[in-house]
Amino acid sequence: MKPNITSLEADAAGSRDLAVTHANLEIPADDPIGLDSGIEFGPVNIAYNTYGALNTDKSNAILICHALTGDQHVANKQPLTGKQGWWTHLVGPGKPIDTDRYFVICPNILGGCLGTTGPASINPETGLPYGLKFPVITIGDMVEAQARLIDHLGIDQLFAVVGGSMGGMQVLEWASRYKDRVYAAVPIATAAWHSSQNIAFHEVGRQAVMADPNWLRGDYYSGGVVPRNGLAVARMAAHITYLSEDALHEKFGRNLQDRADRTFSFDADFQVESYLRHQGSTFVDRFDANSYLYITRAMDYFDLAAENNDVLANAFRGTRTRFCVVSFTSDWLYPTRESREIVQALNAVAANVSFVEIESNAGHDAFLLDEPEFFATIRGFIGSCAQKRGLTSAGKEA
Amino acid sequence: MLGKAEVGQQQRGRVDHLLIAEMVAPGSRVLDVGCGDGELLQLLADTKAVDGRGVELSREKVNACVARGLSVIQGDADDDLDDYPDQAFDYAILSLTIQATQRPRRVLENLLRIGRRAIVSFPNFAHWRIRAEILFNGRMPRSDSLPEAWYNSPNSHLCTIRDFIELCEQLDVVVEEAVAFNSSGRRLPIERSLSLQNILGEKAVFKLRQRQPVSSE
Repeated sequence: MKPNITSLEADAAGSRDLAVTHANLEIPADDPIGLDSGIEFGPVNIAYNTYGALNTDKSNAILICHALTGDQHVANKQPLTGKQGWWTHLVGPGKPIDTDRYFVICPNILGGCLGTTGPASINPETGLPYGLKFPVITIGDMVEAQARLIDHLGIDQLFAVVGGSMGGMQVLEWASRYKDRVYAAVPIATAAWHSSQNIAFHEVGRQAVMADPNWLRGDYYSGGVVPRNGLAVARMAAHITYLSEDALHEKFGRNLQDRADRTFSFDADFQVESYLRHQGSTFVDRFDANSYLYITRAMDYFDLAAENNDVLANAFRGTRTRFCVVSFTSDWLYPTRESREIVQALNAVAANVSFVEIESNAGHDAFLLDEPEFFATIRGFIGSCAQKRGLTSAGKEA
Repeated sequence: MLGKAEVGQQQRGRVDHLLIAEMVAPGSRVLDVGCGDGELLQLLADTKAVDGRGVELSREKVNACVARGLSVIQGDADDDLDDYPDQAFDYAILSLTIQATQRPRRVLENLLRIGRRAIVSFPNFAHWRIRAEILFNGRMPRSDSLPEAWYNSPNSHLCTIRDFIELCEQLDVVVEEAVAFNSSGRRLPIERSLSLQNILGEKAVFKLRQRQPVSSE
C-alpha cells in the first residue's frame, strides 16, 4: 500500500494553509468490483484526496464527484499543470463547502488517469497497460468503486455527495443506489440520462481520437507517441459545448489573434481558434486518450430511468435524502429542462428537494466559475442540512 | 426604501401568515405554493417545527429561499402541482396566490389532492373599499393588497368570499375553518354573517379538505 502524503498548501486566496492528504486504496484482485457489464474487475487502485478532519462519529464527510476531465485535486494545485484545483471557489477553509467543518473526500474516478485504475494502468495478466482490454465501465461502476472507498474509511452515511456534470450523474446514482448512505445530494448542471445530442458530441470526440494514426487501436503506451492531435480535436469540439454563444461572442467576437489582418491561410487568425487550439494542446498534456474514450462511453450509457423500469421516479422511491438540484440558464449541454425532469421525479415520490436555476451566460462551464449566487445557494443548502443533521460548526455531532 | 403601501401590505401579509400558522398542526408536512421569499415557511418552521417545502415562480426569490436553508423549487402552481403524489403533505398552502393562477379551480383541486388539508388565502374583491371605488369613482380598484394597475396586474382571477364558497360547494369540499379579516388585521369569523364578512373582510383564509379523502398508502 502506498503511503498517505499530507501536505500543507496555500488555499486559493493564498491566505490560509489547507491540509491535503493524497492517499490510495488498493482493492485486491480477490475482492473484485462487480461491474455493470458482468465482469468481476480487480485489482483496482483508487487515488483520492481528503481535506479537513473526519469527526468522531464520522458524520461530516462530503464526497465530491468530479466531471469528465476533472480529477481528485478539487481544492489544491493540480500537480501536472500547477494550476489551482478545479473547485477552489467552492471547496476550502471558509468556503461554501467548508473544509474547517467537513471532511471532504475527492477520488479520481474508475477509468481515470490520475492514479485510479484506468486503461493506462498495468494489466496484471499481461504486465502491459490495459489499453482496449480495459472493461467498458458505467457511472454505476464508478459509484461502486467510490462506495468501496467510503466503506474503507468506515463511513456509514455520507453527509453530502456533490458533483457537477458527470459528477452530478454520480451524485444521482449514489442517491439511487445507496439511499441510506446519502444524507444530502447536490446534482449540479447534470441530467438523469445522456441526451442524443450529447452522445453525438462524444462520438465526434471518440472518432477524432481513433482517427489519429498514433492511437494504434489504443496500444500507444509503449511507443512514446500518443494520439495528441486526435485527443486535442476531441477536446476542442467538447470545449465549445461547455461554453455558450454569448460567452464566445463576448470573449472573442471576431477578434483577430496578434495580427492586424487576415493572413489568407489556415493559421489561427481568429482569437477563438487560437483559444481552442490552446485548450486542445494543454489538455493532451494531462489526460490519457483511452481514458477519454472510456469515460465518455460511461456517460453515454448513463440512463437512470432505464435502470429503473423506465420510470425515473422509481430511482428515488423511498428516499429520505435532501436534494438540491442546480442548473444554469445558458447551459445547453445539460439544460434546465433536464434538471427539471429530475425535480419532477423527486416530487413524484415526495422527496425533499430544492431546485434553483442560476442566471449565467457562461454555459455549462458556469458550475466551475465564480458565480456568487450559486455559492450562496450551496452555502445555504449545506448549512441548513448540517443544522438538521445536528452538525455543529466545529464539524462535531451536537 | 419601502413605500407606505408596501409597509401596509407587509403587515397585513403577516396577519394572513399568522392566521395560517394557527391552522397548522405542529410537526406536520407542509407545501407552500407561491412561497415568495419564504416568510411563511420560516414562520412555520420556527413556530410549528413543520417539515416545509415551497414552490415559487420568481427565480430570485427561490434562490434567496434556498440560500437561507428552505427547501424550495422554482415552478408554478398551474404547471408543477401535477407532479406531486396524492396526500403527500398534511397541508398544501396557497397564500394570496390563487387570484394570479391561470386555472384556479384546477389548482385548488390539486391542492386538495396533494394535501390532506388545503389552506387558501385570497384578497376579497367584494370588500367595501373595492365596491366603493367602482361604484363612486368608476375605476378598477387599487389597494394595498391589489397594488397594480389593471394593465399590469398579475391577478387574472379575482374573486369574492361568496364566490370562493360557491366554488368549494361545486367541488364538494368541506370548509373546516374560514376567517376573514379587515384592513387593520382584525379577525371576522365568517360563520357569523356571510354577507357582512363579504363586505368587511379585506382578505380571507380557508381551511379545506376533501369530503372523502383519497385513501393513502
